[in-house]
Amino acid sequence: MIAPAPEKLTLAYYPGCSQTGTAAEYDTSARACCAALGVTLVDVPDWTCCGSTPAHTVDHVLAGALAARNLLQAELTGHDRVTTPCPSCLAALRTASLHLAEVAQPDKESPGVSEGGNETFRTRVERLLDRPAPLRATAVSLLQVLTEDVGIAAIAAAVKTPLTGLRVAPYYGCIMNRPPGLMAFDDPENPTALDRLLTACGATVVDFPFKTECCGAAFGMPRLDMMQRLSARILGMAEDCGADVIVVACPLCQMNLDLRRGQVNAFSQHQGGKNYAQPVPYFTQLLGLALGLPESYLGLDKLVLPLGPALAAAAKRAAEAEKAQAAKAPPKGREADKPACKEDAPCA
Amino acid sequence: MRIGVMVCHCGNNIAATVDCEAVAAAAREFPDVVFATDHMYACSDPGQKTIEQTIRDLKLDGVVVASCSPRMHEVTFRRAVERAGLNRYMFEMANIREHVAWISLDRKRNTEKATDLVRMAVEKLRYDRPLTAKSFEVQKRVLIVGAGVAGIQAALDCAEGGLDVLLVERKQAIGGVMSKLDKTFPTVDCSVCVLGPKMVDVGQHPRITLHTLSEVEELSGYVGNFEVKIRKKSPFVDWNKCTGCGACLEKCPSRKVPDSFNERISMTTAITIPFPQAIPKRAAIDPTVCRQFTKGKCGVCQKVCPADAIDYTMQDEVVTEKVGAVIVATGIDLFDHTKYGEYGGGRYPDVITSLQYERMLSASGPTAGHIKRPSDGQEPKTVVFISCVGSRDRSVDRPYCSNFCCMYTAKQAILTRDHIPDSRAYVFYMDIRATGKGYEEFVRRAQEEYEVQYIRGRVAQIYPKAGPTNGPGGGQLVVRGADTLMGTQVEIAADLVVLAVGAESSKGAPALAEKLRISYDAYGFFLESHPKLRPVETNTVGVFLAGACQAPKDIPASVAQASAAAGKVLALLSKDKLESDPQIAQVQTIRCIGCGKCERTCPFGAIRMRELRDGSKRAEVVETVCQGCGICSVTCPVRAIQLAHFTDSQLLAEVNALCRTWDETTGS
Repeated sequence: MIAPAPEKLTLAYYPGCSQTGTAAEYDTSARACCAALGVTLVDVPDWTCCGSTPAHTVDHVLAGALAARNLLQAELTGHDRVTTPCPSCLAALRTASLHLAEVAQPDKESPGVSEGGNETFRTRVERLLDRPAPLRATAVSLLQVLTEDVGIAAIAAAVKTPLTGLRVAPYYGCIMNRPPGLMAFDDPENPTALDRLLTACGATVVDFPFKTECCGAAFGMPRLDMMQRLSARILGMAEDCGADVIVVACPLCQMNLDLRRGQVNAFSQHQGGKNYAQPVPYFTQLLGLALGLPESYLGLDKLVLPLGPALAAAAKRAAEAEKAQAAKAPPKGREADKPACKEDAPCA
Repeated sequence: MRIGVMVCHCGNNIAATVDCEAVAAAAREFPDVVFATDHMYACSDPGQKTIEQTIRDLKLDGVVVASCSPRMHEVTFRRAVERAGLNRYMFEMANIREHVAWISLDRKRNTEKATDLVRMAVEKLRYDRPLTAKSFEVQKRVLIVGAGVAGIQAALDCAEGGLDVLLVERKQAIGGVMSKLDKTFPTVDCSVCVLGPKMVDVGQHPRITLHTLSEVEELSGYVGNFEVKIRKKSPFVDWNKCTGCGACLEKCPSRKVPDSFNERISMTTAITIPFPQAIPKRAAIDPTVCRQFTKGKCGVCQKVCPADAIDYTMQDEVVTEKVGAVIVATGIDLFDHTKYGEYGGGRYPDVITSLQYERMLSASGPTAGHIKRPSDGQEPKTVVFISCVGSRDRSVDRPYCSNFCCMYTAKQAILTRDHIPDSRAYVFYMDIRATGKGYEEFVRRAQEEYEVQYIRGRVAQIYPKAGPTNGPGGGQLVVRGADTLMGTQVEIAADLVVLAVGAESSKGAPALAEKLRISYDAYGFFLESHPKLRPVETNTVGVFLAGACQAPKDIPASVAQASAAAGKVLALLSKDKLESDPQIAQVQTIRCIGCGKCERTCPFGAIRMRELRDGSKRAEVVETVCQGCGICSVTCPVRAIQLAHFTDSQLLAEVNALCRTWDETTGS
């Protein structure tokens, strides 16, 4: 009997606006990793903004309609699962799905605001869309697709150039896993998906307590001081944990920690703190390196703080560790199994 | 047949949404009904008098009362008809309160539904036959499951009242959670010093038989005549020979076994006596860690035992006992704090549970009463307590208050300041619930006299403080939370964090409830028969509740409920004979074909097959065992088994009364 061929993983792909601009390298590296791991991404045709933070702070119905439109567009690809690298887009898409599923519920968010105040949320969204919105499509984060659909074991098997010696702080951001009822992915307080993925890539994952702390998000515009304080804490904790790099999964986190590093460092030094220099790559960039993809696919040159020095330091450290082990390791016995270098132990 | 109907208003409970007069008027038209009326309170003395008088005056054969649930007043009305000279089973009740008035405001349709229910009751009553109860002997013994403070108290009370007591405990020694505590609130007296004498009494009482390392495997029978199977797990030590000398503990080579009595903060041996005051003070081997069992060779304890008590081949033993009543006192377990990722989820050694801290405070605990950080053994100078960990939190499916955490947290904060005078203690709380006698004063003493800092707010996160772990302030934890009274965020650098973990139902509580045929709630706590008026009874007659297995309770409340349960059992078993319910299955031998389906289907083992002289078989009901569930009746292919008072003709009469033809509905 012939075993059925493994089903090829194909999903609709919603890049999100950031990934066409400030986070273009997130988009290209995500596409490259998926291609290398056998995941086919079909772009959502004629996609538009998900509504992001501005829409739902102003009007929930408008926010729902913007997100629902993209889910309906995604259904045109013939695939009912749509993946996006951006956690904020993900939250918008999943919120719309959730609210539209509550068909019988009267709109509690803004009852009576518009004409026909007792209409359901669905009715009002559908009026804005000028068409019925019986959503089949559901959104799922790219990180979840890679860790759950592809699987850690498959990723580990595909790694060609492991990131040996690179000490990474996995930084998930506030909304990758939260609120738990909406995102339904990993532990909301102590997520481990990124940890496991990076370990599979051969990196040394430090025990980073600020995995889900806020970086200040969009407050970089109205309240720069708040963003500076919050991002400085994250950078400080990563440094104290001995991380070479902070790995992110969110374009806004990346912008605050990387592009705005000058602003954060200015604040930090004003407070008597340090000048932080860790680079902040996307997890897809490190995954791509581990998969042996060419740097041109990964957009490493788009990072403000270059990744090169950290990679060089890691390679040096790995080489030293190997040398030290070779020098003192007895040919056999339990000694060889122990970590050669104490620095390899996670920061407690 | 002459039937009387009374429709009760129940004040406004029924009359507000049901036209009781109209229901009574309609009932007068039903077949055999010679009298129908409505009454403000049928259960009141005048109401009952009216029923009795009408039965006598109009020579009634049966009565229907349309009122509340039979659970409330069926017995009341049965007694009333009996006083008027009728058989108590010539009575039917229509529930028009819980099933009609309380669930809908539509007066017209409520009235129609109430009328239908009365019509059904009348039709059923027309087929009622007088039934007589039989009396049976009772076992004057009680089974008590769980030997924490509640089980111990109930056992002593029952034994003092003259009953033989079987006390079954899952653990190796009795005492439960209370035996692990250092001090008790609000008196701050030594927990084991208070409990110890009671434990000794249990061990020595001639009327109490103690089964530790034992679990209830099966309970069958009925009130007065339960039969219980108890599995006595093998301790691999002959407890008749063991003297509790402890020589085996000293020599046991497996010394790395997490000590469950000490909440796993210390190590113990594979053969143990859990604590110095243990009752029974006998050693037992844990076969999951003992080298003799895991590796197949060791035998050290067998060699050193001066009493020759070690027996590696010992098997579990199942004993069967007869008892008249059961008290369940299985207590609580504690919430698993590793579910809180923001508090470290068990990753930080210096974030411990309150019961671990309690073991640390105890003079007989692993640190001999000295508070030491698990990570480095240092004495902590700043201790932070976090209350409501696994209580009042819907995100972890624990919406309820665990009742006693506020108080033990105050006690532990006071003890911290007592043990380490130059320490600081902080308590993060949501609300302080100190409702017992002397409790509020105790919390005030913690705040004012002992200068414990109470911060109203939740903790957002605990994380290791940055910096080298061995420098000043090194290895500390940062506790970050909200101070909702000040409206600010606070961060405290703590040496030790104690989580006030909430209470959960005892592990395996639902499975035990199934065995005992009692109900339990969504969280595994056993359900009392009535939350206000029958707090220690269950809905299974003869099974009672004591202590925290019913809901989280502190020691005084557990002891009070245990004595209450013991009082109930003593009253129940003070009678020599009890009456059985005659509403049971009856076999019409002439119809029975002896197929045996009923015997196989009966969940109570109440049917056996009897052989006739010609060798054929017929079913027979064991009257005292039958619970009247009716499963056999619906299983019988030839309708040879009928449930008395719920016969096929009665049920069909009810169905016919409800499903009338179009002509009948429009005509009446």
